[in-house]
Amino acid sequence: MKSIAFGQYYPANSPIHRMDPRAKVILTVLYIVCTFLCRNTLCFAALLLSAVFLTVLSRVPIGMILRSIRPLIVILTFTSLINVFMTKGERLLTPSWEIPLWGAHVWRIRIFAEGLWNALFMVVRIVALLIGTSVLLSYTTTPIALTDALERLFSPLKKIKVPVHDIAMMTTIALRFIPTLMDETQRIMNAQKARGADFTSGGLIKRAKALLPVLIPLLVSAFNRAYELASAMECRCYHGGEGRTRLKILHLRVSDVFAVLLLVAFGVGIFFLNRVGILYTMK
Amino acid sequence: MDKLCLEHIGYTYSVGTPFEYTALDDVTAHIRDDRITGVIGHTGSGKSTMMMLLNGLVKPTKGKVYLDGYDINSTAKELYSDWLKRPEYQNMRKSTAKKAIKAEVQRRKRGLCFRVGLVMQYPEYQLFEETVYKDIAYGPKNMGLSEEEIRERVLYGARFSGLSDDLLEKSPFDLSGGQKRRVAIAGVIAMKPEVLVLDEPAAGLDPLGREQIFNEIRQYQRSTHSTVIIVSHSMEDMAEYCDDMIVLAHSKAIAEGTTAEVFAQISMLDEVGLDIPQITQLIRMLRKRGIDVPENVYTVDRAVELLRDHYQALKGSQT
Repeated sequence: MKSIAFGQYYPANSPIHRMDPRAKVILTVLYIVCTFLCRNTLCFAALLLSAVFLTVLSRVPIGMILRSIRPLIVILTFTSLINVFMTKGERLLTPSWEIPLWGAHVWRIRIFAEGLWNALFMVVRIVALLIGTSVLLSYTTTPIALTDALERLFSPLKKIKVPVHDIAMMTTIALRFIPTLMDETQRIMNAQKARGADFTSGGLIKRAKALLPVLIPLLVSAFNRAYELASAMECRCYHGGEGRTRLKILHLRVSDVFAVLLLVAFGVGIFFLNRVGILYTMK
Repeated sequence: MDKLCLEHIGYTYSVGTPFEYTALDDVTAHIRDDRITGVIGHTGSGKSTMMMLLNGLVKPTKGKVYLDGYDINSTAKELYSDWLKRPEYQNMRKSTAKKAIKAEVQRRKRGLCFRVGLVMQYPEYQLFEETVYKDIAYGPKNMGLSEEEIRERVLYGARFSGLSDDLLEKSPFDLSGGQKRRVAIAGVIAMKPEVLVLDEPAAGLDPLGREQIFNEIRQYQRSTHSTVIIVSHSMEDMAEYCDDMIVLAHSKAIAEGTTAEVFAQISMLDEVGLDIPQITQLIRMLRKRGIDVPENVYTVDRAVELLRDHYQALKGSQT
């Protein structure tokens, strides 16, 4: 009845949503490489622009993306502070402030222009990394499509006897049942609450005990489901990946290839932009 | 008298996300004391959500739910100004009175699920204890009753839901589907709720099982004079066992009243796509063929009675 969104998938019809998931996996890897290639102001500006471009292209509301950045604020602040205070460079911005600690020890606060730049670059890098990966993958690709893509991409490993198909099938089934089990948990919790169960008060042990009436029926039904699914698969003669055809055949289109080439060009561009010494270049 | 009263209830799932979904939209309904009220509607018409509103499992996004005239979702803050004027709080110091009101609201909130007992859809999946006895005792135990009282309650619940004594020491997981369901229903009846809410109590049971469960529910209601609410999408069962009815369609309550009143609006039921009982359809067809029987017949017993009368009258006029 109510569809709980698993993960972050945001249903929309955008060029990125329509893209072949394999292309998206490759793009994501390339994009991560790009973020780490960046060295100077120009590159980071280009990186930020590309992140904005991807966001607009994906039609995922900007609010949702900002919300996913929120938990990172602690990390962002921490890295910035470390960079600001710990980078040693040539352009000293502050007079040598000294904070007396104990005895004869003093802590000299010295902030260099390089430190500020590094902090800024780090923030841009992390944000771009997050936006890039979430817009290219988690927001625009269903978990099932993703495992499908990974199966295909890793299929060469079959040559060295890695059970790629089985791993992918197991992942798909696991992902498929997360929302079902979440629904089920909610239902059982409601049923026990209706009989006066109290999950919110009492100490740790009392609360853990209160969860038993939820966990037992949940496990029972999870096992039942697993047996039923196994029989259903056997009834349809499932016997692993050998000779198995698929309902949704992935088609690599011209636009997908084009997108990958575009990002490669972007990476090459960044590589050369790094040589232009404008404002500041990271060491 | 109205036992439960829903006023302009609205309920929306996942507000503010792309998965936003309105389950109930401006629903106003009244449930009378000492009667069996049927709530009928299609899948997705908001029936189950409405039932979870009644015992406070979910809070309405809009509107109010009253149990005996008390808004079950009211907070102490909302009640201060009103309740401080009551005699029992008037003599207290203001801060003490506020504390007392807060405690009272808490107590009522906690006690709500014992006053309005809800049997959810497919309740057999909620069983978890080692024995049937212990499982039925779960609710009464949560109420904080004595061992003695719990025992009495378990037997009471088991009796009304048609469980024989020898089943009590069995594991609930060894029972048949129908028996499991009875255990779950007994677990709620054992709390002796003033209002018993059953969400699709007969879903997935064979015709005999359906009849038994409904008969037990009716017997329970008639002997305890409590308020019973049954959710179903089967018009036949509703017509047979309910005194009052509420019809939900597209998240709205489109009709309420006694079963006769609601079935009198058969064309409306047709419109929202609810199957009217087969016997009612049969009588309507007979009328179209020119057989003079009253239109609003919705139980087989009544139809048999009418047709017999009609036949007798026919025979009388021929001779």
